[in-house]
Amino acid sequence: MSAPSAFRGFLVKEVRHILRDWQTLLVLMGMPLAQVLLFGYAVRSDVRNINLAIVEPQPDAATASLRARFEGSSGTYRFVGTFANVAQLESRFKDGTVRQAVVLPMRFAERLDRGERVQVQVITDGADPNSGGIMESDALAVLRRWDAARGGARPALRIDVAARMRFNPTLESVNLFVPGLIAFVLTIVSAMMTAITIVREKELGTMEMLLVSPLRPRQVVIGKVAPYVLLGFLDVVIVLTAAQLVFHVPFRGSVTLLLAESVLFIVTSLSMGIVISTNASSQRVAMMAAIAMTMLPTLLLSGFIFPIAALPWPLQALSNVVPARWFIVIVRGIMLKGAGFADLWHETLILAGITAFLLTVGVRRLAVRLG
Amino acid sequence: MTSQRDDSPALGTAHAIDATGLTRRFGSFTAVDNITFHVMPGEVFGFLGANGAGKTTAMRMLIGLLEPSAGQATVAGYSVATQSELIRRNIGYMSQRFSLYDDLTVRENIELYGGIYGLTDDEIAGRQDALLERLGLSAQRRTLVKSLPLGWKQQLAFSVALLHRPRIVFLDEPTGGVDPVTRRRFWEMIYETAATGTAVLVTTHYLDEAEYCDRLSIMVDGRIAAMGAPDDVKREAGVATLDELFLRLARPGTAA
Repeated sequence: MSAPSAFRGFLVKEVRHILRDWQTLLVLMGMPLAQVLLFGYAVRSDVRNINLAIVEPQPDAATASLRARFEGSSGTYRFVGTFANVAQLESRFKDGTVRQAVVLPMRFAERLDRGERVQVQVITDGADPNSGGIMESDALAVLRRWDAARGGARPALRIDVAARMRFNPTLESVNLFVPGLIAFVLTIVSAMMTAITIVREKELGTMEMLLVSPLRPRQVVIGKVAPYVLLGFLDVVIVLTAAQLVFHVPFRGSVTLLLAESVLFIVTSLSMGIVISTNASSQRVAMMAAIAMTMLPTLLLSGFIFPIAALPWPLQALSNVVPARWFIVIVRGIMLKGAGFADLWHETLILAGITAFLLTVGVRRLAVRLG
Repeated sequence: MTSQRDDSPALGTAHAIDATGLTRRFGSFTAVDNITFHVMPGEVFGFLGANGAGKTTAMRMLIGLLEPSAGQATVAGYSVATQSELIRRNIGYMSQRFSLYDDLTVRENIELYGGIYGLTDDEIAGRQDALLERLGLSAQRRTLVKSLPLGWKQQLAFSVALLHRPRIVFLDEPTGGVDPVTRRRFWEMIYETAATGTAVLVTTHYLDEAEYCDRLSIMVDGRIAAMGAPDDVKREAGVATLDELFLRLARPGTAA
């Protein structure tokens, strides 16, 4: 075993590499902040200020009351106007001046008073399925609330939605994005940067020098990835702080537990980075492999953007081996539901298992590759 | 010469390197085929051969980057198969890519190497000053390595590989890509090193450099085709130049 000072010197070198490449460092620290703001505001503005039109061929007391209801939902709707028929909206939908329309029938108040079932149509701009789904469910909620508040004996509206979307809108707010965002940022910082930093030494030929030295392969690997544990941890803190200060994302559970789980996921990600680095011959290959093998699954198969339940079954099965899937369940549980370790030990165990497997494979392969 | 090196005894041999029947196969391809040779302390030993002749593979087995498929070897008296830890402390290595970090300064590179080889801070400071003075780089100690000219980088890399005073230094095509004057200066450094008792094993495909070696071995298809002092090798083969011998060995079908 080489002297502890040997390892310390090696670690100092790694820190110097990172600090000296300040542009990359700036990106690694600024990116999480930019992403929180982007995701947060993008999601918000889409479900706010919806340009709403109401089609009422025959205005009466009921249509006025319903219109007032929509106008009263402050912030959600920007009321464009009332129209006599749907045909008048065609061009406005196309140029975006109207994104949603509620179409009321003739003799609306009269028929409701008689207790007839009345059909109301909601037309939604479905060009963007995410926001479309959210707008649709929002409008239905307003209609139902209005119907219930009207005090009729039974619900009178039969609501028929013109643009049916199979998409399951769970993305009502920034709250759900933050956990996925943490996973995404950590995947980039830990997996991609680890893979790149190890492959860079191979590319430069300095890895051989290290392996010929008294340093053990294990020490080389630990020394190379340790600084990225710290960087990843800082990123978690940045994302959480920004989410809290800017978007007031609820934080119901234990911060300590969340940070501990984050460290576990950081180790998971850098294990993936190590595995990738053993197969990549150049930094460019390492980067492409990290994108394909870690970033895309984290984006698409983790429940971050698309709910797991909405995926076809082969992809659902595949999502079980995507570490971010389990991490996102854990973070959402802690942040939004206030779940404790007793509720999350199952997911934690799976994540720890995946990590142990990746780390063993990665370090062993690296040692064989190099040694 | 006073010995400031690792004082572990060389086990049962005075040779710096001793290889017997060393072989390395990759699948069905035999890169190094049953080579036997030794290198004495203070000797400059050249590994000569065309690209792919097996010289780098042979070196990688000796420094512990590859496991031999068959045969055995000792380096500094320690077995390649079982004592690679001890070997690592007693050898220096420099590849054709110089193994310096471009984004670290001259001083930081020296400190890194010193630290990795377990030197104390005082030892590092003392050897660093002497080294920089010898190279005339004292004013450049805070310069990033990437802004040094290639020749200086090469000399720095070599000096750094000797910082822990290894018993044997391995140089893998150390003079690739540098001009003849710089190469000449580099070989002077190799001689100075050998004069202190350090064995030098150097691979090259420059035939003029082979003439500078105390002894050399010419490798063809993984085997040692000729071995000895340059003059002896030429005389035995009845050729005037190493060039002639090399071409004859490398392409036997076209030999005169």
